[in-house]
Amino acid sequence: MDFDRIKEKLNILADAAKYDVSCSSSGSKRKNTTKGLGDSSGMGICHTYTQDGRCVSLLKILLTNHCIFDCAYCVTRKSNDIKRAAFKVQEVVDLTISFYRRNYIEGLFLSSGIFKSADHTMERLISVAKKLREEENFNGYIHLKSIPGASDELMRQAGLYADRLSVNIEIPTKSGLKLLAPEKNHEDFMKPMNKVKNEIIQYKQESKLIKSTPKYAPAGQSTQMIVGASGESDRDIMYSSAFFYKKYHMKRVYYSGYVPISNDPRLPALGSAVPMMRENRLYQTDWLMRFYGFDIREILNNDFQHLEMDIDPKLSWALRNRHLFPVDVNRVEKEMLLRVPGIGLKSVNKIIQARKFRKLGWEHLIKIGISMNRAKYFLNCDSREKELRDVSSENLKQIILKNSFSKYRQEFSAQLSLF
Amino acid sequence: MQNVVLTYDGSFEGFLTCVFNAYEEKLQVVDIIAFGEEQNQLFSETRNVITEEFKVQRVLKGLKKKVSSNTFLRIKWAFLSEIQGIELNMYHMICYIFSSEEKVELDYSHPAVLHIAKVAKQVGREKHRMEAFVRFRLTKDDVYFAIIEPDFNVLPIISKHFKSRYADQKWLIYDSKRKIGVHYDLQKLEYVSLQLPEDIGISGGNLEYFDEGEIYFQKLWKDYFDATNIKSRVNMRLHVQHVPKRYWKYLSEKSPFT
Repeated sequence: MDFDRIKEKLNILADAAKYDVSCSSSGSKRKNTTKGLGDSSGMGICHTYTQDGRCVSLLKILLTNHCIFDCAYCVTRKSNDIKRAAFKVQEVVDLTISFYRRNYIEGLFLSSGIFKSADHTMERLISVAKKLREEENFNGYIHLKSIPGASDELMRQAGLYADRLSVNIEIPTKSGLKLLAPEKNHEDFMKPMNKVKNEIIQYKQESKLIKSTPKYAPAGQSTQMIVGASGESDRDIMYSSAFFYKKYHMKRVYYSGYVPISNDPRLPALGSAVPMMRENRLYQTDWLMRFYGFDIREILNNDFQHLEMDIDPKLSWALRNRHLFPVDVNRVEKEMLLRVPGIGLKSVNKIIQARKFRKLGWEHLIKIGISMNRAKYFLNCDSREKELRDVSSENLKQIILKNSFSKYRQEFSAQLSLF
Repeated sequence: MQNVVLTYDGSFEGFLTCVFNAYEEKLQVVDIIAFGEEQNQLFSETRNVITEEFKVQRVLKGLKKKVSSNTFLRIKWAFLSEIQGIELNMYHMICYIFSSEEKVELDYSHPAVLHIAKVAKQVGREKHRMEAFVRFRLTKDDVYFAIIEPDFNVLPIISKHFKSRYADQKWLIYDSKRKIGVHYDLQKLEYVSLQLPEDIGISGGNLEYFDEGEIYFQKLWKDYFDATNIKSRVNMRLHVQHVPKRYWKYLSEKSPFT
């Protein structure tokens, strides 16, 4: 192995792949039954975290950063003057195996710039996965990018070797796509997504009857949207997201705050801040939608097109719906308990268990670990102590903000700063 | 009634024997500690408990009848924490379970139940971290070798994970704090004790012991780690929260040698 050459390629191609935020390595059911290498039947593992706090569980690289497209938001766009490199198929295989054996990674996340054509690129990605599975007897996790416009036949093959497939939609609105990536069209993104969805449905049906049906993308598919590149509202983003969850059965939709990489006038200027707070609020909303039983229209709609940045979306919803609160923690049904600000999924389950045995008071709730500074204004429990509830929502919000400490606090202090 | 401190051999079976004796003799137990540990109870009698298999089985049988496999696992994991006073908390929880008609294993409003759940969670977290942060180094004799120094005694509960994952390579994980290792020889797992040379280190690729390619892979990994960072998003607080500093020594990407 020529380490210096590999090192150079790795630097270029890992650097180019880092804007893809997906890193999950869970949800697959690939067991190591043949005494081969690797097992991805358990939960995902983050083997380390970058300094920006993101999990590293997969070797995330591009096969090449040569690309025939010129999408404004993308660092590997054709017109960008950067170093280009390309891995050979065998090099990626060797690197993956050597890292995996040392317990550095859970598997491979392989993406690529589009060279020659969509099908040609997709074929090369598949050949890496195929080699890993068939020649190396590798059962680790493989995440392949579905290349927009790739043929159905190739997408079928890809799913047979990969655990997860993903197409990044990147720009949440059609108009934004037209502005920033005029050469790409919306349908090219949907085509592989649709094929994968149908194959997964088919696999699920067939495997019920015939156990030996070869696995097809057992960890499902995901997508990613860039936040803050094309002036879209939070509502636009979350409505597309809800659409993908529903229509294409996405396992995950990722939101990636736009990191300025070019001085194109269509985009935020170099040096402008990455909208991390907004990204965080979007993820919270995503969770509310998937795990807390919220319909997205309750949180974002024509009257509320943007999420509040200074408080979390659940609290924001609760402040708009004060007539539903307070609820009695010892009686209220689970669906409503999930909607109380400051109580998470795990605490909800603990409360449901614990209240079978005795009436819960504030001291129990504190021990269970709920966020009292928010929850107490929306709860009643078996205790004499009453919290102030007659204040208006706006006042209540100020009280809560005053008594909580967010690491982002300085970014939105109530007082206007002059210049 | 006389207060009693029970001392045992430090094994899980030993602890279960303590539970049996305490029940049989209706003891007022104020502490349970391993032999050799200091006991701080002033006005109490100390009794040594000898582990006995039939007592262990009796308690196990009774316990398994009353609790789910999850709770049983939680009790075992809490034990592996080796933190001070954990035995007494486990004892209180077990008493509570045995003395209640209903299923109370999930009654988080009971202090011992909540405590055991929390400690088990800590141990689970440490297990998960070890599964993540173990870094194998390929030795000259073709064994993938790693040293760990976990806060809790998680070696017994991480071996299975590595066995199913690395079924086709020989590996050895050594807990240098407790001076015991697990070795996999392509067939089975075995506990081993080792005399390690001083200069073997937790990371690095001393050519005396390691394959010549080893150091390059550690360097490649560090390069990858640096290249994948987005500088405009650096958040060291979050970074350290995820990778606490006490684990850095295992991680070649965090160590200065490369």
